[in-house]
Amino acid sequence: MPVSLTSSKAIFNALKQCDIRLLSALPETWLVHLIRMADDDPEMTLVRLAKEEEGVGISAGAHFAGVKSGMLMQNHGFLASINGIVSFAHLYKIPLLMLISYRGTFGERDPWQTQGGNVTEALLRGMGIPYSFLDEIETVEKRIRQAQTLAESSLQPVALLLTRDLMWEE
Amino acid sequence: MLRLDCLRVIYPEMQNCLVVTIMGATAAELHSLGHRQNFFYLQHAMGLASSTGLGLSLCLPDQKVVVFDGDGSLLMNLGSLSTMARYRPKNLLHVVFDNESLLSVGGFPTATSTGTDLEGIARAAGIPAVLSVRAVDDFRTAVKSALEGTQLTTIIAKVEAKGPAGYITDLSLVENRFQFRRYIQSLKRE
Repeated sequence: MPVSLTSSKAIFNALKQCDIRLLSALPETWLVHLIRMADDDPEMTLVRLAKEEEGVGISAGAHFAGVKSGMLMQNHGFLASINGIVSFAHLYKIPLLMLISYRGTFGERDPWQTQGGNVTEALLRGMGIPYSFLDEIETVEKRIRQAQTLAESSLQPVALLLTRDLMWEE
Repeated sequence: MLRLDCLRVIYPEMQNCLVVTIMGATAAELHSLGHRQNFFYLQHAMGLASSTGLGLSLCLPDQKVVVFDGDGSLLMNLGSLSTMARYRPKNLLHVVFDNESLLSVGGFPTATSTGTDLEGIARAAGIPAVLSVRAVDDFRTAVKSALEGTQLTTIIAKVEAKGPAGYITDLSLVENRFQFRRYIQSLKRE
């Protein structure tokens, strides 16, 4: 499978270095290695969801408990989480670190993924969610650390878009 | 059976639990009995009270966590039952007040009024202990026994579709959230 194991490891290690100890996830192709690493790591609690919006509640509970968490989802999972983000995380000032695989952009071969890519950034901007990209392995650690720092200091959701350049090897 | 009477009889047991409620009538009624810093009222985001309870209970395995859910909220996030059942935290009690109605948003009947069986759904989702109660005494017994037990439990409490006249309290949402987190952090320092 041409999902980058090297990039997945870099992301997972960066999350660990930020003291993230709980990850919620719903599987998608680009996230397979990350989810497996979370599952294999005894220091990480992996919560496999039925739908991504549940992750907002899980992360809020973790925040109340003093545990740093992250959310692994596809951009369509972000679309499915929007009410939870607005009416929980924004309303109650809950930090969320959302790692979103950015499907449906240039190079996308799966026809069914192509609509989500068109609206992802527009929605993030419309919702006032600060976001950046994970697109080069050299900057992964710094970007994740910066995103998590902003989420915690501003008490709001932030997003990192996992790009094809980083996640896919072909 | 009235939800307010149910909340009243178990109110003393809630003193040392982390409590998460859904919006509207449930939040207002618990608040009316006397707010405590260990109560968090999720006044929107229908469906996510149970997910919040799951996050809390997984991160704080030595702390009892109680969620007061409702039929309308749970029907919006039935997948949460399968996620709770998957991890089945022993310290989580999930109470569903089923009044067969979206009472707080106009009183329209939910699908439990036409036969949807939340007890059956919860059991089939894999929640290890599930029971329905229709009398206040049975409710009190069920809650006490679940809190003393070591199994993830869902209690479906069949209640009347009655609630308070208004839902707004003098506790701001953000104040409640900071208070709740601070309370939990103070427990950790003890």
